[in-house]
Amino acid sequence: MKITVFVTPKKNVLDPQGAAVGHALESLGFPGLKGARIGKLIELDVEGPDSPELRARLDQVCRDLLSNPVIEDFRCEIGR
Amino acid sequence: MNVAVLQFPGSNCDQDALHLFASGLKVPARYVWHKDTGLGSADLVVVPGGFSYGDYLRCGAIARFSPVMRAVRDFASAGGLVLGICNGFQILCEAGLLPGALIRNSSLEYRCLTCELAVEPSTPSFGPATLGPTIRMPIGHGEGNYRIDPEGLARLRANRQVLLRYASNPNGSLDDIAGIRNETGNVFGMMPHPDRAFERFHPSQDGLAVARAVLATRFPEVLKRAG
Repeated sequence: MKITVFVTPKKNVLDPQGAAVGHALESLGFPGLKGARIGKLIELDVEGPDSPELRARLDQVCRDLLSNPVIEDFRCEIGR
Repeated sequence: MNVAVLQFPGSNCDQDALHLFASGLKVPARYVWHKDTGLGSADLVVVPGGFSYGDYLRCGAIARFSPVMRAVRDFASAGGLVLGICNGFQILCEAGLLPGALIRNSSLEYRCLTCELAVEPSTPSFGPATLGPTIRMPIGHGEGNYRIDPEGLARLRANRQVLLRYASNPNGSLDDIAGIRNETGNVFGMMPHPDRAFERFHPSQDGLAVARAVLATRFPEVLKRAG
């Protein structure tokens, strides 16, 4: 089973990388750009079925390790 | 007195930190490997600078889960003195031993220069009375941009937890913050390097007084000894 974790900088946290990429996109003339944010994508390959226990453990590791709740948000997609 | 300097894979200021205490302050100091589960009889734990675990995921994120960090957490919650320098500061924030987080410098550049720092009146041993109103110490980091939510910043200010502020902000750090302590006053973290500011060939020798001020939190005789 594939689990994809998306980690993004919190909306109110400065994102210097996103701002720099936004400037580059502007200089390329990208139309209508209002902002760019840079985060991380983490793919996990997990054995066994989806379960409430697994989701609870996943939520925990996302908070403890994969993201830093002070500066980042996360969301998970659980695939087949 | 005994100083324990942690070593993670990728630490690169461990020798400087040991040298600061052993040669600079003449305090017995030794290394503790990240896989050790105990600290021995330590009076101060130093989490040194470097690139622990290659800065993978986030600076300090992986080091936080090293076996030795459980011992550091127990040590700190029992009131033990902890000092994190640069990557050590990042590790202590990730471990939740200090509030806030350090993100990419606003310039996106790695900044390596000697900074003038305003000393804030934080504790009886760490403030302008012992260190003078301003000191100079080098920085060398790409992720020293301190961030905390508004409530957290208000708490830092109300409890006088800010130790040092940049006179000229090199990294975009909120409120020009260069170093903080925890609320109880036994865990210290700073981006500038006292371990690169004590030899005659260093750009400044103010790091010695900083190390002394941290130790004097629990051991006031350290200040007397310095005269």
